[in-house]
Amino acid sequence: MDPLTTGGSRPRLATVWLGGCSGCHMSFLDMDERLLDLAARVEIGATPLTDYKSFAPVDVTLVEGAVANEEHLEQIRHVRRNTRVLIAFGDCAVTGNVTALRNLFAVDDVLDRAYRQTSAVVVGMPGGDGIVPRLLDRVRPLHELVKVDYHLQGCPPSADAIFELLTALLDGRLADLRGERRFG
Amino acid sequence: MSVNTLSIDGKMVTGTTGETVFDVAWNNGVRIPRLCHVGGVSDVGACRLCLVEVEGQSRLVASCRTAVQEGMVVRTDTPRLQAHRRLIVELLFAERNHVCAVCVQNGNCELQDLAASLGVDHVRLRYRYPKLPVDTSHERFGIDHNRCVLCTRCIRVCDEVEGAHTWDLRGRGTHALLIADFGDPWGQSESCTSCGKCVQVCPTGALFTKGKSVAEMQKDRRFLKYIVTAREKHEWIR
Ligand code: SF4
Ligand code: SF4
Ligand code: SF4
Repeated sequence: MDPLTTGGSRPRLATVWLGGCSGCHMSFLDMDERLLDLAARVEIGATPLTDYKSFAPVDVTLVEGAVANEEHLEQIRHVRRNTRVLIAFGDCAVTGNVTALRNLFAVDDVLDRAYRQTSAVVVGMPGGDGIVPRLLDRVRPLHELVKVDYHLQGCPPSADAIFELLTALLDGRLADLRGERRFG
Repeated sequence: MSVNTLSIDGKMVTGTTGETVFDVAWNNGVRIPRLCHVGGVSDVGACRLCLVEVEGQSRLVASCRTAVQEGMVVRTDTPRLQAHRRLIVELLFAERNHVCAVCVQNGNCELQDLAASLGVDHVRLRYRYPKLPVDTSHERFGIDHNRCVLCTRCIRVCDEVEGAHTWDLRGRGTHALLIADFGDPWGQSESCTSCGKCVQVCPTGALFTKGKSVAEMQKDRRFLKYIVTAREKHEWIR
């Protein structure tokens, strides 16, 4: 594995939040004081934790969530073009997980259920008006759409596993994830 | 009963005629992966995880259905076998709906553990998302077909140990489905004695006790050994 430290400057780390519950990002914050160790070793790029709006090129990106709508699809392709190491971060990114449970039904039925049948006030359905991104007909894990360099399983992955994988990447060694690699 | 000497992963071991390669390997500390085998009932070779290489044979054989022979040279953990096992587990995940995060068996599941021990960190095949029923008509137990891996442990324990033969398989391939009696809701089964043996041997979250929520289901497989030892040796020991 080649160390990420390129030409003396600190590697840049980004995180992205697609179709997930943000639990993986909460687990990221659970690294607690180790976040300070990490912050000393990387530059922080785009991340929902800093309310990012644009995604500039980085070395490592943790991507939480599955690809569920057209915006996610655009985002994951952009992220892949602009990151050296892409990590599928948590079960939704790795398998589709809970986000993909709707794959058992047709999109129209899912929308009908959410916006008509179970809604007290029916204001309409999210359509192709560009305000709410259109749902894809099937929720997909990241590796079905882009090349994924590491799969970090777990719902969510533990703070220990996140820290171990990131520091191993920074050190240029293989991560020791024994006992941490498991779906669920 | 004659004794056979054979080599398993380079280790010289002995087994009596009629014993399987699988049992002899386990007795000697070689833990061949398995999903459909459970000690105390017959073996069917359904899951194919216990496949091994036998020198002189080009075909891989299911070690749970292969009797030991004098001079046999067996390998249980080659890169080729590891690759096959990983693919088998990926096929199982892709075939039905396994969402560990919200499953009763999360954290205590043989399929989940198997994936972890074989290094399956993602599934390369496209998930099928079949629509499958959950039958909670039984007073105390439920069956979630989304989690069933068709290992038939439940069928065998119900037939061979309980003597009820409530369970059986209907259909073939991806259409195969576990059924109670003639396809009745489990709760209406006339043969089921509600003994719960099938629930305890099920390796996944497919058979569960009602009232258990996410990650709450634990299974006790030692009861089977207890019953079988009692029956065969008349020793009532735990
Ligand atoms: S049965 Fe096992 S592998 Fe399947 S969803 Fe439940 S915990 Fe996961
Ligand atoms: S509860 Fe007992 S009798 Fe009923 S199906 Fe299961 S093993 Fe058979
Ligand atoms: S219900 Fe459980 S024990 Fe029965 S075949 Fe399915 S996975 Fe195996």
